Amino acid sequence: MFTKKECVAMLLAGGQGSRLYVLTQQMAKPAVPYGGKYRIIDFPLSNCVNSGIDTVGVLTQYQPLVLNEYIGNGQPWDLDRAHGGVHVLPPYQTSSGAQWYKGTANAIYQNMSFIERYDPDYVLILSGDHIYKMDYAQMLEFHKKNNADCTIAVLEVPMEEASRFGIMNTRDDQSVYEFEEKPAHPKSNLASMGIYIFNWKKLHRYLTEDEADENSSNDFGKNIIPTMLERGEKLFAYQFDGYWKDVGTIDSLWEANMDLLNPNVALDLHDPSWKIFSRNPVSPPHYIAPTAQVQNSMVTEGCTIRGMLDFSILFAGVTIEEGAVVRDSIVMPGSVIKKGAVIEYAIIGENVEIGEHVCVGARPETVFDKSKWGVAVVGPNVKVSDGAVVQPKQMVGSDI
Amino acid sequence: MTSEKKVLGIVFANMHDSAIKELTDVRTMGSVPYGGRYRLIDFTLSNMVNSGIDEVGLITKANYQSLMDHLGSGREWDLARKRGGLHILPPFGHSAFGIYRGRLEALGSALSFMHASKARYVVLADCDIITNMDLRPIVEAHIEKEADITVVYQKKKADIQTSAQSTFFSMDEDGRVVDVLVHPMVSGEFNMGLDITVMEKSFLENMVVEALSRGQYDFARDILQKRTNQYRIYGYEYDGLVLSVNTMKDYYDDNMALLDENVRAQLFPEKRPVYTKIRDEVPAKYGLDASAKNSLVADGCIIEGEVENSILFRGVHVQKGAKIRNSILMQGTKVGCKCIVQHAITDKNVTIKDYRMLNGSAEYPVFVAKNGVV
Repeated sequence: MFTKKECVAMLLAGGQGSRLYVLTQQMAKPAVPYGGKYRIIDFPLSNCVNSGIDTVGVLTQYQPLVLNEYIGNGQPWDLDRAHGGVHVLPPYQTSSGAQWYKGTANAIYQNMSFIERYDPDYVLILSGDHIYKMDYAQMLEFHKKNNADCTIAVLEVPMEEASRFGIMNTRDDQSVYEFEEKPAHPKSNLASMGIYIFNWKKLHRYLTEDEADENSSNDFGKNIIPTMLERGEKLFAYQFDGYWKDVGTIDSLWEANMDLLNPNVALDLHDPSWKIFSRNPVSPPHYIAPTAQVQNSMVTEGCTIRGMLDFSILFAGVTIEEGAVVRDSIVMPGSVIKKGAVIEYAIIGENVEIGEHVCVGARPETVFDKSKWGVAVVGPNVKVSDGAVVQPKQMVGSDI
Repeated sequence: MTSEKKVLGIVFANMHDSAIKELTDVRTMGSVPYGGRYRLIDFTLSNMVNSGIDEVGLITKANYQSLMDHLGSGREWDLARKRGGLHILPPFGHSAFGIYRGRLEALGSALSFMHASKARYVVLADCDIITNMDLRPIVEAHIEKEADITVVYQKKKADIQTSAQSTFFSMDEDGRVVDVLVHPMVSGEFNMGLDITVMEKSFLENMVVEALSRGQYDFARDILQKRTNQYRIYGYEYDGLVLSVNTMKDYYDDNMALLDENVRAQLFPEKRPVYTKIRDEVPAKYGLDASAKNSLVADGCIIEGEVENSILFRGVHVQKGAKIRNSILMQGTKVGCKCIVQHAITDKNVTIKDYRMLNGSAEYPVFVAKNGVV
């Protein structure tokens, strides 16, 4: 049983996700709920286990409480293993002192002894910020076939958006000759997805060197990858063409949820051969009352719907009372929308209470000044009292 | 719970299988699907776990493959333990009586399991009732009355068909059982036994050994009825909600009862959740022209048609234009375009092709067997 592991995954889950504002005040971004019953981290974790990778280190730093509890012993993802499995790796103290993770590369550097325990040939670096289904085993095959030192997963983005990404410029054989971070005049549209496979021995050497360099910001994109290119190491770009979405902003989180309701979007969660696993709530099936109207929506267990629901996603245990209307919105676990409330283009956090006849958000066509329109957000555990109004684009972090 | 009060649970998965033959042909009573995502045994096991019982022996007899598949290691009920936890006790063929004929013989083959347990008390339960019951007060009452055997009952109206499968008790003012009727063909209001029994473990062990040595195997007739005077048998009245499954009509009504908010609140109270196997299904999806009213819908369903007064288990697909009314569609049922399904029960993985009509009645719902294609 105590054999080596061919490939160990390291999942960077320490991100604050500051552009999700109130939603990430009490939890790290990978713990943010998504798609009715998931959290963002379910996607990389499920991808790992579906790809045959059974050893995953999850690097946490910012607000780790929710994430730690959620991951637990890894059983929901079948990652409770006698050897390997999922391990949460927070920063720790050593005899020479203690420090926070200074950057993505430093986070891995500080946990090299964890990786060494499994004596892997390859290390897969992942981030906990994206919604996608990907077979890492195929990427590893590509890496081995090319005899590469590092393989970077890339995605074609529209050329006009390329300057927002880290862009890989490649030769015909998909080997990388140049990496440009947010180039003003991009030469290609292959954007890095923040997914890397390294030969462990090589990465070990570069991490150690990078750590010794005081001027380095200890980041994969800024330091490790450019240095490897400079030294003439073999870097390859692995092109991914499925659904991939960064959910780093309120708008993109809202869109990524709404994509699940769009039949033209290529993110199929029903595929039995590539299930997305999650920690399931223990509640009965949802109940749709005679007074309810439900269309174009996703609803999960423990919900009770007595009002109207259209183009929306409800998480476990949400109650929508009679006469309430929820449109184009996301309502996270345990929240209650009381009688007569109208929720439009909004994200309602966990355990929120929306009082009677409250208005949250508005349809874009009803707002004259488009700069004032955006998705409205009510943060977790907030109580919105009867009759209150939450404007479009407004963020509510405490009771009103 | 202190060790002097530690309780062992013993569950009979197969008792009453003949009550709903259509459903138990391919499974045990315990693995009969219920309420959109449950199996009947989930209620029995969850009641035990929520009452602090962490050691459960499960006695099986026949067709228990689906049950084993459902329970796995018992993790979902928090019964995957190093100490105690869930023990499945497959039928132990005895040279004297083959596979058990009655409860006492079944317990006879579980003697070594019981012997190994450090519990002082035992709760016996079946899988044919749906209830969310705290078992602790029953054990307390058993101790307080210094009873040998405590049986749980409920005042209920019964028709001839139901009473033919039931045990009725009469008690004196103190609650001691003075008369027992086993499977009488009568109708009226009775103190109907719920097949939940509390005993001290050592008492049960001795009783089983002795009864078997006399060739007795029927707990209700040979112990409760014949030894009413010899043993201190007490009745415990339970007045919470109990739905029992004696006929297919009961099965249909018990499912439909869940559309009543009050029933759901009593069966699924927040503090005593009902655990079941996790299947990692996607949340239910409602399509563009979907309509749903007064229905219970589980995860993994895709609803593109109309659903009313119905219970949809996990992974049911209702295609465009189909109309489902007053029906129970079990896991994986596929309903084709423009079908009309009324008063029907479809077992697992049934396919109803486009434009088909299924019409039953509330008194006699149509039943489509597992994997059936209509």
